[in-house]
Amino acid sequence: MCVAITGVVRSVEGSRAEVEIRGNRLQTEAGLVRVKPGDHVLVHAGYILQVVSESENEEMEKIWAELRELEQDYDGAH
Amino acid sequence: MKITMAHGSGGWETSQLIENLFARYFSNPILDRMEDSAVVEGGARIAFTTDSFVVHPLFFPGGDIGRLAVCGTVNDLLMSGSRPAYLSCAMILQEGLKIETLENIVRSMAETAREAGVLIAAGDTKVVEGPGELYINTSGIGYMPEGRNIGASLCRPGDRILVSGCLGDHHAAIMSARMGIENEIRSDAAPLNRMVNGLFEAGVGVRAMRDITRGGLATILEEYAHACRYGMEIRQKDIPVSVQTRGFCEILGLDPLYMGNEGKMLLVVKEEDASQALEILRGSPYGEGAAMIGEVTTRHQGRAYVKTDIGGERLLSPLYGEGLPRIC
Amino acid sequence: MTAPIEYVIRRLSEYDGPPLRLMEVCGTQTAEISHNGIRNLLSTAIQMISGPGCPVCVTVSAYIDRLIELSGQEGTTVVSFGDLFRVPGSRESLSEAKAAGGRAEMVYAPAQILDMARKQPEKQFVFAAVGFETTAPVYAGIIKKAKKEGLKNLRFLTSLKTMPAAIRWICAHEPDIQGFLAPGHVCAVTGTKDYEEIAREYGIPFVVSGFSPEELITAIYGLVCLRGRGQTRNFYPAVVRPEGNPEARAVMHEVFEPCGAAWRGIGRIEGSGLRIRAAFREFDAGSDGLEEDIRKNSQCRCAQVLLGEISPGDCPLFGKVCTPATPQGACMVSAEGSCFHYYSGNEGGSR
Repeated sequence: MCVAITGVVRSVEGSRAEVEIRGNRLQTEAGLVRVKPGDHVLVHAGYILQVVSESENEEMEKIWAELRELEQDYDGAH
Repeated sequence: MKITMAHGSGGWETSQLIENLFARYFSNPILDRMEDSAVVEGGARIAFTTDSFVVHPLFFPGGDIGRLAVCGTVNDLLMSGSRPAYLSCAMILQEGLKIETLENIVRSMAETAREAGVLIAAGDTKVVEGPGELYINTSGIGYMPEGRNIGASLCRPGDRILVSGCLGDHHAAIMSARMGIENEIRSDAAPLNRMVNGLFEAGVGVRAMRDITRGGLATILEEYAHACRYGMEIRQKDIPVSVQTRGFCEILGLDPLYMGNEGKMLLVVKEEDASQALEILRGSPYGEGAAMIGEVTTRHQGRAYVKTDIGGERLLSPLYGEGLPRIC
Repeated sequence: MTAPIEYVIRRLSEYDGPPLRLMEVCGTQTAEISHNGIRNLLSTAIQMISGPGCPVCVTVSAYIDRLIELSGQEGTTVVSFGDLFRVPGSRESLSEAKAAGGRAEMVYAPAQILDMARKQPEKQFVFAAVGFETTAPVYAGIIKKAKKEGLKNLRFLTSLKTMPAAIRWICAHEPDIQGFLAPGHVCAVTGTKDYEEIAREYGIPFVVSGFSPEELITAIYGLVCLRGRGQTRNFYPAVVRPEGNPEARAVMHEVFEPCGAAWRGIGRIEGSGLRIRAAFREFDAGSDGLEEDIRKNSQCRCAQVLLGEISPGDCPLFGKVCTPATPQGACMVSAEGSCFHYYSGNEGGSR
């Protein structure tokens, strides 16, 4: 329902922020969350919706670990 | 100075416009006769095509409507296997169009025609009401070399599928200009003569060629699969798309496989000639990004499909609707 | 050891436990699952069904009809995302209305309507504001700006919906679903609390998922592992915090208030919608009471397709009268619609 994309804030001016998305510079509205240059953000319909964490690999590691636990729980229960 | 209805009246202003602009830039022995029809040499078999250009904005990074109008028709002639020779150029101008703008477009057409080795042999101008834009129609004639026979229905299992470069740049450049998204994406508008001539001169076993314009690669592959009744398999990881264009597509929810190009072609060649064909494409102007992306198979006969990076498979369908940006 | 993602794919393709019907709620996830050919990586015992999270697909005909009516009013232009143009109302689509002289323009960011309104003060603009909790704060931000600037020539025809009430409805009426992929970008705004409650209440697992093929595959495997347990996991933590985005929610609630909403195929669900509050009523283009849903073709079974009750191929119109070129229902129009994807042949459908 909601196409959204992540990019990096390049500059902020009042409620407007320029976000770079793989070489594309997009003028966005930043009124829904506080942002500063360098922040990784989620953009939807021209608005910044959220600041996103950059440690994607770390997050993925945690999810794998969680999956292993879930698997064990499940295998143990059945 | 601006275009007025008088420029389309057929009177003095029309003559002035033709003389000072079109005849000046397009000048060649055939056009210069200024007769009601151009008279050109014949051939045993000729290719004949027409195309109209209504792009907005008129100028965009990497090109303009004039360059498009020449490339579009030249490439259509090339893709049938013919050698492009003559174009006609009909312009429908809107009142209020700046003469300077028109001159820039006409100059661009003349330069592109020179690059593509074709003569603009006939022309026409009309003026209509409107906000100062213009439309161009070009028709073209090319000569078919003896014995040359190519077409989608000739594709056979094992044949290799190639594209001559990154997909989606033209569409992305136009949309970026319209949507106010800044990037360095440039339209790929280009005549593909050198590339196509190179392939035939080297004796590459070309089965079929198509310029990848509106509807994009997916729509053409679907048509090819239908025509030859085999499967057209492409690999997601091998489809060339520039980083910026990929980012642009993500912003608007577009798929590069369905985006228009103006200087890219799809090529199906015999398996044994595939690496030679790739080398020729890469060594030609506008072909440095060429890639081998798949092959003709006996699976999913009559359909085109993508092997996705994650190991899945997706059947392609033709483009439906206008290829609109979607957000939700 | 093999890379984790390959391991997950192998586990999913070898799964031979009890049959699982899993629903991806979000239309963008439907599109990505299809785009990456994820269904044919799964064991036949795992079936992915598409939920009501395509805003275009759940919009009722009365809404489209009202948009068309507005597009025909002297001096008024309807502004919309591209998807909505081809959705049939009770008689025609906005696209057809435009061809017949209606005024409608397409944008990719709704804030563009502000510029349109500023530049052409003599004209009226109406934005077709469809969407869920992800997009509602965006509209709210624009409405607040318009009010601050004193713009008088733009309004919104809203059909805004909120997911939790709809998912509850599905849980209560569709017992044969064993897990949900929770909508990642909705959760970026709302957080995960609502889904934790629903999971506990109905004993069905929820996994919040991202949108890349790897994220989707991993989340699906999470649901498989969680089967039978009323638990929620957030597998999209880079974007989704447990509390969501409170600032965005505050803006949304300042402009909108909860209301009942009509969903195509489901009907009215109390508390599943948002409408413009009285303080901002001047920006409402008459969104109240647009609940009637007359199908252009009475045999259209979009409704049941939306709920995962039937597969698109079971509809008598599918592939015959109803194709992407001649859509009879919204599910065949949208790039996120189940019928569209099924027609393309990606869901085992034939044509």
